[in-house]
This record gives sequence, structure tokens and C-alpha cells, in this order.
Amino acid sequence: MQRRISFVGAAFLLYSSVLLLKEILASGIQVLQLGSWPAPYGITFVADILSGTMVVITGLIGLASVTYSLQTIDRERQAFGYYPVTLLLLFGINGAFLTGDIFNLYVWFEVLLISSFVLLSMGRSRSQIAGTVPYVVMNLLGSMLFLIAVGLLYGNTGSLNFAHLSLKLSDPVLAAVAQPISLLLLGAFGLKAAIFPLFFWLPASYPAPPVAVSALFAGLLTKVGVYALIRTFTLLFPLPLGEPNQLLISISGLTMITGVLGAVAQNEFRRVLSFHIVSQIGYMTMGLALNTRLGIAASFFYIVHHIIVKTNLFFVSGVVQLSGGSFRLQQLGGTYRLSPFLSLLFLVSAFSLAGLPPLSGFWGKFLLAQAGLESGQFPIVVISLVVGLLTTFSMTKIWNEVFWKNAPNSARINPLNRTQQLYLLLPITVLALITVVIGLFTDPFSSIALRAADELIGKQAYVKLVLQNTGGANP
Amino acid sequence: MTSLILRTASRFLITLLLLYSIFLLLRGHNAPGGGFVGGLVAASAWALYGIAFGETSVRKSLGLEPQTFIALGLGLAAVSGLIALFGKKAFLTGTWLIMDLEQGRKLEIGSPLFFDLGVYFVVLGTALTIILILEEEES
Repeated sequence: MQRRISFVGAAFLLYSSVLLLKEILASGIQVLQLGSWPAPYGITFVADILSGTMVVITGLIGLASVTYSLQTIDRERQAFGYYPVTLLLLFGINGAFLTGDIFNLYVWFEVLLISSFVLLSMGRSRSQIAGTVPYVVMNLLGSMLFLIAVGLLYGNTGSLNFAHLSLKLSDPVLAAVAQPISLLLLGAFGLKAAIFPLFFWLPASYPAPPVAVSALFAGLLTKVGVYALIRTFTLLFPLPLGEPNQLLISISGLTMITGVLGAVAQNEFRRVLSFHIVSQIGYMTMGLALNTRLGIAASFFYIVHHIIVKTNLFFVSGVVQLSGGSFRLQQLGGTYRLSPFLSLLFLVSAFSLAGLPPLSGFWGKFLLAQAGLESGQFPIVVISLVVGLLTTFSMTKIWNEVFWKNAPNSARINPLNRTQQLYLLLPITVLALITVVIGLFTDPFSSIALRAADELIGKQAYVKLVLQNTGGANP
Repeated sequence: MTSLILRTASRFLITLLLLYSIFLLLRGHNAPGGGFVGGLVAASAWALYGIAFGETSVRKSLGLEPQTFIALGLGLAAVSGLIALFGKKAFLTGTWLIMDLEQGRKLEIGSPLFFDLGVYFVVLGTALTIILILEEEES
């Protein structure tokens, strides 16, 4: 019963988010003033292309994760409310993407964090608690920084509405006074996005919970942080277009390098993947840091690509664990012989992550490199390409150990049964297909990315729409 | 644990507390009060009942699981928001039904009241869930 309702709920979420995105693409930014109280006093929801796309991806990943959970989540977790909490998490994530008010963003962050705390610690095994503690502590710290920043922002400008804030901060004096707040926000969102040097909680906590949960977290949670960074640095504290944000560029470079080096040193499937999340976050902030139209579009493209691919890799790790009995690379092997189809799916996702053509990751990196070269930031481009190479290396390591080499004698291999195959491989196949499709037919996707970038850069339209629309309009 | 004085006094106090919580709930729209405090006061009434008579009698007198109250309240709040959609207004827009009573008085019933009622039940349910679990663990 619980499972059916959650599945239907997640499917409905995906459906409605697709409708929303269609509406945005057809007729521009959608604004909703809850209760018809006009901005900046009421609660505002705004959906531009960036938000709309993120919501669609959230719906997609949510549905995939719930489908995957149907076969992998035990009864005990179900009794503790696994499915409702998962949906609550999706609710929080969507709220964070759609809100047009910085304090409400904080509230949505709390909603998704509390649900993620429950999902992480549910099951109460020792490794889970060990993973949960740094996660909870660091995220509470981040929330505190965020709250302080919001308070200071309100004290200085007297507003919390994004559009209204953006208008007020266009006054150079006020912007200069409020500049330190942007650093606080960078710290707060950076912590949640796991950028250098605030990433260490991530590889500690993500491998702990069941795979369906890890995959959901890996795909979506850090990206909420990146999304918030994009909003902050395009809407509230934008540098003049084309002027790169040097601090953020250095951070991006360091994030990429430390993440990938950390991954190379790991020998556990999900830990390798977790470190790669960190390294990939660097790419997303790199485009934002370049602060050009192409750069922001590349970031947008990269986020979409990354969410799909990374979630998928976590799903694959779960299937491998089910049939091979372990997450440790040494204890696994022979998966290729057991299931060539799964190996193919892994290969697609892994190569996409590393950025091999013609998969979506290639175009993400390509756009980023192009944007970097255009604005003359050569060091970061070199770093991003080298890190791509190292990513290939560590994906090859997983391939060799898990799929190619013969299974070690100690391994207990139990092939999946029919239902498991259906529920586990279906979401993986769909996500792998999506990365192939994005890779092969890039034009529509990159043109959406460019439109999203245009919207973010031309923030006057956003501001005007929010402040003029005094409610009554129903999106 | 079961003192005669407490039991006798709490019979009166609980009635007063519950009445007061409803007063707070209804007063809340334009004056201090509302569903949240109302729900807390109501929860404290049942907490008092629990201290005086034990938590099993609380469960009996509630009739429903406290969690059911949470669901009920959330549902009510959501529905109160959806009412506005029928009038083609944004979600949660206040919708009022104004009835003329005799002698020029008016009775105004609006969707915010139902929203507050929803909050009332959610707070009541949440507080009671926590209180009951803690009390049962103790004994």
C-alpha cells in the first residue's frame, strides 16, 4: 500500500514537473504568489528554466529511486516510514528549487535536511551512525551560517524576496556593504554543495545508507547547494558579465583536483563514486565562476548531466552489491560474465561521467572548456581536462576490478531473479538511455541551457515579473 | 502517582483548557492566538489528563491514534488551500463565506479558519505523539 502510493506520487510529481517545464519554455517565467499576497510581502514561488529543469530532474530521479527501492528496501525501514520520508525529501528539494525568497529557501533546506537525516540514520547500523554524525554536524553548521547571512541581509536591505533583494542590491553603496554577506552565503551553500575545503563530510556519509538513498542523495542534495550558489551569484551578487570570479575559480580547481585524487585512492565502490561527486561539483561551479553566458549555460548543462549519470552509477553499485555481495573492489569480479547488459549500462554511465564522446558528459566538458578558453582562463581549463583523464582512470579501475577480472574464490555470487532484474535494471536503463540521448541530440538541450543562462543573466525580467505580478495569476 | 487532589482538580482544569484552546483558535485570525497555540494548549490538557489518570486512559479518550490527528490536520490545511483554486485564485488565497445574521451581525467563515484548524490538529497530534511515547517508555 505504502509502496504503491509512493510510486504513484513520484510518478505524478514527474508528470506535473514536466508540464511546468513545458509551460515555462512556452511562455516564460512563471510566478506564483501564495495566498495572493503581493511580493515582496507574501510567499513567492518562481519557476524559470533553471528551476523548472531542476524540478523535472528531481521528479525523474525521485521516480527512479522509488522504483529501485521497491526491491531493495527491507520491511523494517518501510515500517519506520521510509517512503513518506523519501517523498518529504523530494518535497523539500522541489521547494528549494522553486522558492523566490531567501528565507523560504532556508526553510526548504531544513525540510530536506531533516528528511535526509532520517533516511541516513534509519536502520541504526554502526557504519550508518558513523556516517550520519559528520553529515548532521556539518549541515547544521552550514544552516547556521546561512541563517546568519539571511539575518544580516535582512538587516541591511530590509527584504528577503530574491527579486526585491536583487533590486536593492543594485545600489552600489548597499551592495558594497552587503558584499561580506555573499562570502557567508558562499560558505553556507559551498558546505552543502561540498566544495573544497568543505567536502569531507560527503565521502564519509554517502556510502553509509542503502543504495537507493545514496543514489538519491548523490544525484540531488549537493546540487541544491550548487543551485543556491548559482542564484546567489547571478541574482543577488552578480559580478559584471564576463568578469570571472577568481575566488570561485580557484575553489573550483581545487575541488576538482582533491575530489579526483581522493577517488583514485579509494577501494570501495561507493566511496570512489562519492569522491567523484566532489570533483564534479568543481565543474559546475567552474562555469558559474567564469561568469559568461556560455559558462553559466555549461554549468546548467553539467548539473543536468551529472545528476542523471551519478545517480545511475550508484544504482549500478547497488546491483553489483546484490549479486556480488560486497562493495569492496577486491572482493568483486566477474560481473561482465554474469551480466553483460549491466556492464554495458555501467560503461555508458562511467564514460559519460569521464566525458567521452558522444555521451552527455563530453558535451558538458566541451562547453565548459570552450567557455574557459573564451574568457582566457587557461589554468582552470587544463585542470578540468586533466581531472577528466583521471576520472577515466578511476572508472577503468572499477571496470577492471568489478566487471572484467574473474571473481575471487571467496565471492558469493547470487544472480538476480526476474522481479529484481525488472525493478533494478529498468531505472538504470532509462537513465543510461537519457545520457546517450542527451549526448547524441545535444542541440535542443544546449539551446535550453543557453536560454536558461540568458534568463539568469537578464535578471531584470525576473525581478520585474515577480514584483509586478500581484497574484491572481494561476500557473 | 494517582493523587485524589490532582484527579479532581484536573477534571475541571481540562475542560477549561480545552475551551480556552478553542477560544485561542477562533480568536487567532486578527488577534494573538491561532491554531498553533491553540493546539499546544489542547495538547497540554491531554498531557495533564495523562499525568492524572495514566496514558492508557488518554488513548482511550482520544479515540484515534495521535498520528491520525496529524494526517487529518495536514489534509484539512491542504484542502483549505485548494478551495481558492475553484475561484481561479492562487493557492491559499483567503476565501470568505459571509452570512447575514439577525440584527445586522455577520458571520464570516473563511478558508483561513480551516487552515488554522488544520494547524491545530497537526500541533495537537505531534505533541501528543511525543508525550505519549515518552510516558510509555517511562512506565
